[in-house]
Amino acid sequence: MGETLVITSGKGGVGKTTTTANIGVALADLGYRVALLDADIGLRNLDVVLGLENRIVYDIVDVVDGFCRLKQALIRDKRNEGLYLLPAAQTKDKTSVSPEQMRDITLQLKELNIATESGKAGYFDFIVVDSPAGIEQGFRNAIAGADRALIVTTPEVSAVRDADRIIGLLEAEEISRPQLIVNRIRPGMVRSGDMMGIEDIIDILAVELLGVIPEDDRILVGTNRGVPVVGDSSSRAGQAFKNVARRIVGEEVPLMKLDASEGFFGRLGYLLGIRGR
Amino acid sequence: MGFLSRLFRREGGSKHVAKERLQLVLSHDRMKLPPALLEQMKDELITVISSYIEIDEAGINVELTERDDERQLIASIPVIGMRKRRARQ
Ligand SMILES: Nc1ncnc2c1ncn2[C@@H]1O[C@H](COP(=O)(O)OP(=O)(O)OP(=O)(O)O)[C@@H](O)[C@H]1O
Ligand SMILES: [Mg+2]
Repeated sequence: MGETLVITSGKGGVGKTTTTANIGVALADLGYRVALLDADIGLRNLDVVLGLENRIVYDIVDVVDGFCRLKQALIRDKRNEGLYLLPAAQTKDKTSVSPEQMRDITLQLKELNIATESGKAGYFDFIVVDSPAGIEQGFRNAIAGADRALIVTTPEVSAVRDADRIIGLLEAEEISRPQLIVNRIRPGMVRSGDMMGIEDIIDILAVELLGVIPEDDRILVGTNRGVPVVGDSSSRAGQAFKNVARRIVGEEVPLMKLDASEGFFGRLGYLLGIRGR
Repeated sequence: MGFLSRLFRREGGSKHVAKERLQLVLSHDRMKLPPALLEQMKDELITVISSYIEIDEAGINVELTERDDERQLIASIPVIGMRKRRARQ
């Protein structure tokens, strides 16, 4: 039976959608069957990040309202076999879906048997839910069907504080042991003492670290094109997302050394504290 | 750039400030005790304690911390001297 992961953060703009798209592509690359579910109703984004915006006919609210079947609303990714998107509605708001309905959709997705392009039938291994920012109904919806939560934060006081709040709320919902992804790390700034490092953040939040994604201009290039950076071999962030996907499926992958790309100050070795996996 | 980064390092960098502020704000968030309420509690503590011993009010420090996963309220109160005890009624 498949597993449902929710990607959430509290604070907006820290990289949830970017993470969802890249983890999705990376998991599909590893041969898993993946459904990405955009739970940011009213602010649909995952479709453009994946380059699928022109293929949307139905959305999640249409499924909930019974206008179409779940299968009809699922969009097959054009590049990655086994990757599917269930888009959010753009013209509705968060209250058009309830947490119960959302949980029901994730359960239906787990039971859905579909044939991929090459004709292989099967069930989804992963359902990855892109949560909206905030702690209101959109967030409640996103976590409703989740078996596991990945929290995205950046090395900023406000983002880490919000992550702490989210950890508390997830515990209350009995989604225990959330894992953390620290996004937009700038090793040079960590070294010069102007950015909190991984060790500082893990120390404060006391959660398991799942991955560290460096700040990377290629992300914007990828979003411009509608192609997540996982497929871009020149992207450090892409490599880091691949590592995250491998850790999700249980592989032991060491944190990559972020300093190699830093040239001038690279001599200092990696000072990003490494803890856990 | 080398010079600049050395200069900043000497000043300690803003990351320590970030971490300290974060730890403080989180200890209040987690205890659901906003800083202003802690101030109020501190004032009341002063009143109570002053009726027994003479303390240096300006030197009082009351703060929430987390050590080894344990939340603690730590009060450091400099004592000037004992008050003469009033006879019991
Ligand atoms: N590692 C990174 N390096 C550079 N830019 C990044 C990185 N991660 C995210 N970004 C950029 O940050 C912006 C916000 O990212 P994204 O949309 O994924 O955040 P979000 O958490 O989904 O936002 P929202 O809360 O609005 O849904 C985007 O412009 C994205 O390209
Ligand atoms: Mg988003």
